[in-house]
Amino acid sequence: MNTRTIEIAVGFFVAAAVVALFMLALKTSNLASYGQAEGYEIKAHFDNIGGLKVRSPVSAGGVHIGKVVSINYDTKDYEAVVTMSIQPDYQFPKDTAASILTSGLLGEQYIGLDPGGDEENLQPGDLIEITQPALVLEQVIGQFLYSKAQEE
Amino acid sequence: MMLDKLQLLGQKTLDIFARTGRGGAFLLHILYVLPATILRPALVIRQLYYVGVQTLVIIVVAGLFVGMVMALQSYIVLVDFGAEESISLMVALSIMRELGPVFTGLLFAGRAGSALTAEIGLMKSTEQLSGMEMMAVDPMKYVIAPRFLAGVISVPLLTAIFMAVAILGGYFVAVELLQLYDGFFWSQLQNKVDFYEDLLNGMIKSVVFGFVIVWIAVFEGHDCLPTSEGLGQATTRTVVHGSLAVLGLDFILTAIMFGV
Repeated sequence: MNTRTIEIAVGFFVAAAVVALFMLALKTSNLASYGQAEGYEIKAHFDNIGGLKVRSPVSAGGVHIGKVVSINYDTKDYEAVVTMSIQPDYQFPKDTAASILTSGLLGEQYIGLDPGGDEENLQPGDLIEITQPALVLEQVIGQFLYSKAQEE
Repeated sequence: MMLDKLQLLGQKTLDIFARTGRGGAFLLHILYVLPATILRPALVIRQLYYVGVQTLVIIVVAGLFVGMVMALQSYIVLVDFGAEESISLMVALSIMRELGPVFTGLLFAGRAGSALTAEIGLMKSTEQLSGMEMMAVDPMKYVIAPRFLAGVISVPLLTAIFMAVAILGGYFVAVELLQLYDGFFWSQLQNKVDFYEDLLNGMIKSVVFGFVIVWIAVFEGHDCLPTSEGLGQATTRTVVHGSLAVLGLDFILTAIMFGV
C-alpha cells in the first residue's frame, strides 16, 4: 500500500480518537463544570452531616450554586466542619441558614442555603451560624417511639 | 515412573520461569531501543495503520452494539423503578469504567495481537530476522519496537473511540427507540460522571492493557518455535494469555482505583 494513503488513514484514526475524547470529556463528564469551580469558600458547622460527601452539591432554592470542597471534624467543639465553594456570581446575606437535605426519598444529600435578611453579605472564609444537621433515620424513629411512649 | 512425572513437573515449572525471565529481558531490550525507533516515525506510522486503523472497524461495530444492548437492558430494569432517565448514567459508567477498556483489550488481542505474533513468528521461521542481523540491521529496532510502540499508542485511542461510539449507541436506543427526552440523557451524564474518577481511570486502564497485550504479542512472536506448529501455538498463546492478562489486571486496577 502507498505510504501517503497509510499516512492519511492513520491521521484520520488519530483525529477520530481525539474527537471521541473531546466528546467524552465535554459532553459526558463534568469537566465543563471544573472551569467555573473557582468560587469563594464559606464554612459551616454541623452536628451531623449524614451522608454528605466532598463534591456534594450546594444549592439555594433548588438552583445548583456550588459544591462541598472539604469535610473535617473539629475536635474542640466536636462538630463537623464543612467547607463549601460558592460561585462568585451568587452572594448571600450574613444570616443565611444552611441545612443538609436529601434529594428525593433515598437520594443523595446536599446542602441547601436559605438566605436571611441581613444587609451585609457573607465574605470569603465566613462561617454560617445557623445550621440544621442531617436527618438520621434512626434518631427520627427513636424520637417518634419516645413521644408515642410519653403519650400513653 | 513416578520420578519421571516429578521430573516433568519440575521441568515445566522451570520452563515457565525461564519464559517469564526471557519476556522481562525482551521488554527491557524493547524499551532500550525505543528512543531510536521514535526517531523513525515512518516505520511506526506504517504499523499504526496495520495495528490501529485495521482494528477500527471491529471496535466501532462492537462499541455500537454494546452500547445499544446496555441501554436496552438497563431500560428493562430501570423502568420498574421509574428511573429510566438514568439509562445514560448506567451505560456511560459501565462503559467508561469497565467495558470500554476490557472489550477493546480483548478485541485488540484477538484482532491485532494475534496478527502481530503471526507476522513476527513467520519472520523468525523464515529466517528474515536472522537475515536482518546478518546485514547488521537490528530487527529489534526495525521490526519489534515499531510494532510495540504502534500497539501501545493504538489501544488507548481505540478505547476512546469505543467509549464514544458505545455512548452514541446508547443514545440512539434511549432517545430514538425508547423515546426518552434527550436533555435528561446528557444532563445526567454531565452531573454524575466525573472526568478524573471515571473517564481518566478508564483511559489509564486502557494504557496498561495495551502495554501488556502488545508485550505478550511481540514476545510470543519472537519466542515461538520456528515451525508451522510452533507458530500456531504462539498465536493461540497470545490470544489466551493476552485476554487473561486483561481480565486479571482489570480486577487489580479496579480494586486500586475504585476499591475501598
